[in-house]
Amino acid sequence: MKVLVPVKRVIDYNVKVRVKSDGSGVDLANVKMSMNPFDEIAVEEAIRLKEAGKAEEVVAVSIGVKQSQETLRTALAMGADRAILIVAADDVHTDIEPLAVAKILKAVIDEEAPGLVLCGKQAIDNDMNATGQMLAALTGWSQGTFASELDIEGDSATVTREVDGGLQTIKIKMPAIVSVDLRLNEPRYASLPNIMKAKKKPLDEKTAADYGVDTAPRLEIVKTSEPETRKAGEIVGSVDELVAKLKEAGAL
Amino acid sequence: MQDHENDEFQDIRDAVRALCAEFPDEYHRKIDEERTYPEAFVDALTRAGWMAALIPEEYGGSGLGLTEAAVIMEEINRAGGNSGACHGQMYNMNTLVRHGSEEQRRRILPRLASGELRLQSMGVTEPTTGTDTTQLKTTAVKKGDKYVVNGQKVWISRVQHSDLMILLARTTPLSEVKKKSEGLSIFLVDIKEALQSGMTMRPIPNMVNHETNELFFDNLEIPEENLIGEEGKGFKYILTGLNAERTLIAAECIGDGYWFTDRVVKYVSERNVFGRAIGQNQGVQFPIAEAYIEIEAANLMCRKASRLYDAGQPCGAEANMAKYLAAKASWEAANSCLQFHGGFGFACEYDVERKFRETRLYQVAPISTNLILSYVAEHVLDLPRSF
Repeated sequence: MKVLVPVKRVIDYNVKVRVKSDGSGVDLANVKMSMNPFDEIAVEEAIRLKEAGKAEEVVAVSIGVKQSQETLRTALAMGADRAILIVAADDVHTDIEPLAVAKILKAVIDEEAPGLVLCGKQAIDNDMNATGQMLAALTGWSQGTFASELDIEGDSATVTREVDGGLQTIKIKMPAIVSVDLRLNEPRYASLPNIMKAKKKPLDEKTAADYGVDTAPRLEIVKTSEPETRKAGEIVGSVDELVAKLKEAGAL
Repeated sequence: MQDHENDEFQDIRDAVRALCAEFPDEYHRKIDEERTYPEAFVDALTRAGWMAALIPEEYGGSGLGLTEAAVIMEEINRAGGNSGACHGQMYNMNTLVRHGSEEQRRRILPRLASGELRLQSMGVTEPTTGTDTTQLKTTAVKKGDKYVVNGQKVWISRVQHSDLMILLARTTPLSEVKKKSEGLSIFLVDIKEALQSGMTMRPIPNMVNHETNELFFDNLEIPEENLIGEEGKGFKYILTGLNAERTLIAAECIGDGYWFTDRVVKYVSERNVFGRAIGQNQGVQFPIAEAYIEIEAANLMCRKASRLYDAGQPCGAEANMAKYLAAKASWEAANSCLQFHGGFGFACEYDVERKFRETRLYQVAPISTNLILSYVAEHVLDLPRSF
């Protein structure tokens, strides 16, 4: 079985996000970028499937600016076998919308014929949480979202899903799209020999046009704003005073 | 603080940071408090291939240069660790790779790459001859197929946590050589074996958790196949290690510098006194900004030194100047970090005092600031010899 893992280049989770002064989005100029953490979990799971003998090949794919090849090299250094970069934007601020991404991924699936797609449940930049589901709709494959456990046996997969209020376990038919949640695994860090090997692994470069997909945005961002800053607290002298204040604020 | 934009070594940085993240402040604090060796940390670095970065690929390493090694060391210190525990293997490596015989490379390098052996010690300094290296008193006299070593070394680090050491000794008496830098030779010493047969070790307790020792040689026999390169040319060879050491220590200071500025910026932005963050005061801002500027400048010189080193070009002046600038910058950064943490800077649980002690060492070791100044005055500016 071949496993396809889509990975997205996003602003590093350690970076303090700054909104552009015109409110059109987040400032990404000269900012550290990394692989979306949920996608790292997907890559890790795919490599574990390969190590367990349940997958033969792990193919990482990224759609975005040319610099996404760094993200793909990270996936290769973790243990993916080869990578496909689909250049769909010139400006780092261009975010390709989930439907366009899903359409391109559908075309990649038609070409690569994987038995499983493992993707992050959402990207930490726009939190859309849509690509996996849209891809399942386009392919007509089964979907298992928010996976915190995954077990593949023959032509079916058992997926434990993190749903509101608990866990739900479902059995789905393969091929399938599985979107992964935080607790599925802990991704490994790349070793130096693997970083060196990754530099020699194949990385194909294509464009969105090669797949005949129009990536022009359908959504318009009206405004981006920073969260309100936390207001100063107040020190109270006793528990009674605390309770009174909480009541006053309508919290009790 | 905003991270630097991605540089060409981002893959290395990210991977070293991810590894270091598994060894948080508490780990390094406990190691320091107990005065032990960060065995688990060095093991993890070895397993992930970082300690074999400089070993050519055909011997099982990754074949990287000193530039990448410097990035690795910088990241370790930037993450709160202390590369002093493991940088020896990095700076010794090229002495063996560049000057060792093919037989020695085949015999030793794959075992260093796998982590089976460590080459972490370099025996140069002696009690009466510090930087005046050519005057060293330790002798190695050829007898049959062996060299017999007698003498004494001091400040020899990581001997207790290394298997091999590169030793510099005089093989031709000073009176019989044309130039005083001739007649010195370097040897590969099997430490465990030597400790059974003529070498004794006395640890030196010190201000930081740095394992360093006095060594005494009483008729220690070294097989002739452990002579590195040609007899009598050891001084030239040892410079390969010394220039690497200075460049790597510069990188470590730069890592320390970023650690200090990151920590102090965070602290002064959050610490409120008289109703406002102390970081709002220019009296607080300027020393931090100044240290940061100096760290960035030192980084450029460090990169210049490592690039020259990797190209096989002379880099003595650059390696020295990089170490000078970086050690000074990290010290300034350490000082402002401690100062603006106030009393908390002295509390062990903030780690500032530990890093402060650790980075202070590099104004003294491996060469003191004054000797760098006199090197530059004499060898770069052609001023008259002062000693």
